Amino acid sequence: MDVDKEKLDEIILKYQRSKAHLLAIFQDVQKEYRYLPKEAVKHICLRLGIAQVDGFEVATFYKSLSLKPRGKHSIHVCLGTACHLKGGADVLLSFIRELNVKTGETTADGSFTLESVNCLGACALAPLVRVDDRDFGKTKAAHIRGILSGFTEQHER
Amino acid sequence: MNLSLEKLEKITAAFSAKEQAYEKIMRVCCGTGCITSGANKVFESLSEAVGHNGLSTRILVKKTGCHGLCERGPIVMLGADEVLYQSVGKRDLAGDVELLIKTVTEKRVADKLLFRSAAKKEKYVSPLDIPFYKGQKRIVLARNGFIDPEEIDDYIAHGGYRAPFQALQMDAEEIIDWVTKAGLRGRGGGGFSTGKKWRSARAAQGSPKYVLANGDEGDPGAFMDRSLMEGNPHVILEGMIMGGYATGSNQGYIYVRDEYPLAVFRLSKAIEQARGYGILGRNVFGSGFDFDVEIYRGGGAFVCGESTALMASIEGMSGEPRDKYVHTVEKGLWEKPTNLNNVETWANVPYIINNGWEWYTSTGTKQSPGTKIFSLVGKVNNTGLIEVPMGITLREIIFELGGGIRGKREFKAVQTGGPSGGCIPAQHLDMPVDFDSLTSIGSMMGSGGMIVMDERDCMVDIARYFLKFLTEESCGRCVPCREGTRRMYEIVDRICKGEGKIEDLMHLEELGEALRWGSICGLGQSAPNPVLSTIRYFSDEYKTHIIEGRCPAGVCKELTTFTIMEEKCTGCMRCLTECPMGAIEGARKEPHRIDDLRCITCGICYDVCPFDAIKIG
Amino acid sequence: MVQLSINGKKVTAEEGETVLKVARREGFVVPTLCYHELLGSSGRCRLCVVEVHEGDRKRVVASCLYPVKENIEVLTNSDEVRLVRRTVLELLLARCPSAELIQDLAKQYGVSEVRYTPDKDHGKCILCNLCVRCCKDIVGVAALGMSGKGPVKKVGPPFDEPAETCIGCGACVVICPTGHIVMKEETGFRTVWNKKFELAKCSRCGRAHAPIFQLQWISGRSGVPLEELMVCQECR
Repeated sequence: MDVDKEKLDEIILKYQRSKAHLLAIFQDVQKEYRYLPKEAVKHICLRLGIAQVDGFEVATFYKSLSLKPRGKHSIHVCLGTACHLKGGADVLLSFIRELNVKTGETTADGSFTLESVNCLGACALAPLVRVDDRDFGKTKAAHIRGILSGFTEQHER
Repeated sequence: MNLSLEKLEKITAAFSAKEQAYEKIMRVCCGTGCITSGANKVFESLSEAVGHNGLSTRILVKKTGCHGLCERGPIVMLGADEVLYQSVGKRDLAGDVELLIKTVTEKRVADKLLFRSAAKKEKYVSPLDIPFYKGQKRIVLARNGFIDPEEIDDYIAHGGYRAPFQALQMDAEEIIDWVTKAGLRGRGGGGFSTGKKWRSARAAQGSPKYVLANGDEGDPGAFMDRSLMEGNPHVILEGMIMGGYATGSNQGYIYVRDEYPLAVFRLSKAIEQARGYGILGRNVFGSGFDFDVEIYRGGGAFVCGESTALMASIEGMSGEPRDKYVHTVEKGLWEKPTNLNNVETWANVPYIINNGWEWYTSTGTKQSPGTKIFSLVGKVNNTGLIEVPMGITLREIIFELGGGIRGKREFKAVQTGGPSGGCIPAQHLDMPVDFDSLTSIGSMMGSGGMIVMDERDCMVDIARYFLKFLTEESCGRCVPCREGTRRMYEIVDRICKGEGKIEDLMHLEELGEALRWGSICGLGQSAPNPVLSTIRYFSDEYKTHIIEGRCPAGVCKELTTFTIMEEKCTGCMRCLTECPMGAIEGARKEPHRIDDLRCITCGICYDVCPFDAIKIG
Repeated sequence: MVQLSINGKKVTAEEGETVLKVARREGFVVPTLCYHELLGSSGRCRLCVVEVHEGDRKRVVASCLYPVKENIEVLTNSDEVRLVRRTVLELLLARCPSAELIQDLAKQYGVSEVRYTPDKDHGKCILCNLCVRCCKDIVGVAALGMSGKGPVKKVGPPFDEPAETCIGCGACVVICPTGHIVMKEETGFRTVWNKKFELAKCSRCGRAHAPIFQLQWISGRSGVPLEELMVCQECR
């Protein structure tokens, strides 16, 4: 895919072309494209003067980064200890069944990416599900359809 | 702008006068927990209603940080600890908002919104009477829930930023002396003497020096640091200014988990406002001392909570720890002297300077002075965040503050210290909680996560859970951890599936021992703790899985079936309605039946049956 | 100068030396996998661990990285050391059942059986990182790197594509301790890490000797004209 090199350079400049901010640069780029395109990583490495292997290492080390395109909406099912005890794994299974994807995958129509996350820090409201920047507490299998429809309606409008 | 003590007092006077002009202040908790439950809508509706009813000069509606009682959110507090309302707006936003208004206009306390004990027998008006708060000693969390974390004047009006004034006029050595005598120990779990660390950092050769705040709180089940960063970001900055001065550093960094966007936002705003007042930046308080703070966000890696991994991450690399044969206080970030402390540790510092080290040692125990914030979650009635004096017992925490075990169940174990810790059984409930006592029984206090379990939690499954977590979060650098955690997981997974062998228990001990000695960092070194502590205290449960092929808690799916006992079933249809798979059939008042082929063994039916008519087999 | 003891023997060392270096110099056998004289250490395999007593503090440390200190007592064959070594080798053998080097070491250090299901998808790669460091620090083209984390960590060219910078020199093949990295040669071509290189034919004897790409790179770096480099080593 074609990446907007000017946009990338803007982001790099925002972080004063500092190698130390590689992760932050990647995260900002990911926010733009909803994932981290390979071409973007290559361009950033070039600009910062780091080897492609080093950029690739960072891009694949951190779970928050994805080199694969993500869906319009990101679902994060929390699998922290409290959430695990309160049925978090079953909530994840329900999403897997409902969306017909495996954890880490995106639905065929590109609307949802399903991921698990190790603790969002809202443990008193376990089990927790985060869709984009909204949190849903005390989630049960029965709530899944409702949660999802709230987001599909968004782009049907 | 150069801030002076007089200016601080002026700001305080102006802010306090402004707030005192109101008849009542309504504080709406806007921490992540309450926001999830709808606090933002409550704040908006309440503010609107106050305006509509012409009460804008009488009532001030304020957003505050986390109170700690997250499960009962949205929480609204009226006045200073006068009335606490729970679950505001959960079912009837407009109605509840009206009740809130009437509390002031008609001086009528809304019974419906009062905090109730688990048995619903007692209700409480003032938070000071609620056992959850009564048993606490809120020093570090004192301002959480009172101040608007996005308003620096509020923090200043509540005593904020006085300590650096004093500290910047003291000798750096004297500050380190106070912190050492106060006995402050690392609140991230390591428990190392903060004063000692600062002393080493000060003595270290090299420049520039750095001070870091570890806000990477990755232990699942822990959210103490989140609440601090979201609810009172300034107290952390205040601590770091003095730490920088004491160690000879002009640059601080706060490393915040990527999963805490609100914390990043509030800390950023706090830094901006502090810079605006000359509290950060050049010539802090006109003292000639420069100090600034920058935020680094994590990328979703638990291992980055480890000090050398955190530093590698800040340097723009992947978060792989390295052997600490030379301490990071000597060679840390970019090989320069670096002092890393946990966010909660930093938050303790202003109180030591403001009140003196002797005052600080009057709380807690001799070896563990001060307080500790815990996240008490799991199967207790009152889940949330508590701050208690060190030395309090597990029993007090779980049964008094926590209100005991939920429902009709019994206490089985409490997991402390996250993935580095262990499970503690009932026989040790009277253990004091501090840095050293829990290690003697196979666990550790850790960063403060406290997860309570009942008889519906399987200890083998818990061990498997932690091993899966550690396997995924291992950075993969060293053989023992990278290969060992996944092999330990495989063994425990087999046991959970009924394919265990009795030799597995000794094998796990041996493998665990090798990881303890052979791993590079704390993740690998403590990875065996959850499984070894559960084997130590719950070996019978392991043996039941291995020898009888049965999971007594009804959790391990391959070893569990749920059966409805016809003779006890009243046909109330409760389980039928709740079953997510529609696997239960039966007419009203007729005994129900579970279709084993559709059943996913989630156990919801067992948990909701009011007649104990379902058995685990 | 630093005075310490190894297995009861009093030895002297220079400040800054590692315990591994001193131990080997004194004739003690300490096995290593991820250490190489030219590339230094990264402390990944943990095979070189030794037990160190400093005062009343006992630690098990990677000897390839641990600096000698005054008065420490080092044990290269204690119970804990042997446990870690055996465990490392058993785990590596489960990971790379076909790696002959690991088979030999395992036998040598008392691993009689592998109690884990052997992997099938790691070849002989033990993630020692020597190839990565060699390519970066000695050859200087950084065509190899680590990616992923924990159980999915692996070594290879970036983006899992043939590396733009790889010059097909084969240094990684030479340095790999287990022989995991394979370079295929067929008439006129060499393939390594999925990158196919056309081999230059010697302008004198006609033998296919080195990848053209590599010669171009060397020419660019050194200033030596390509025509000169096209002559194979033997003809020069």
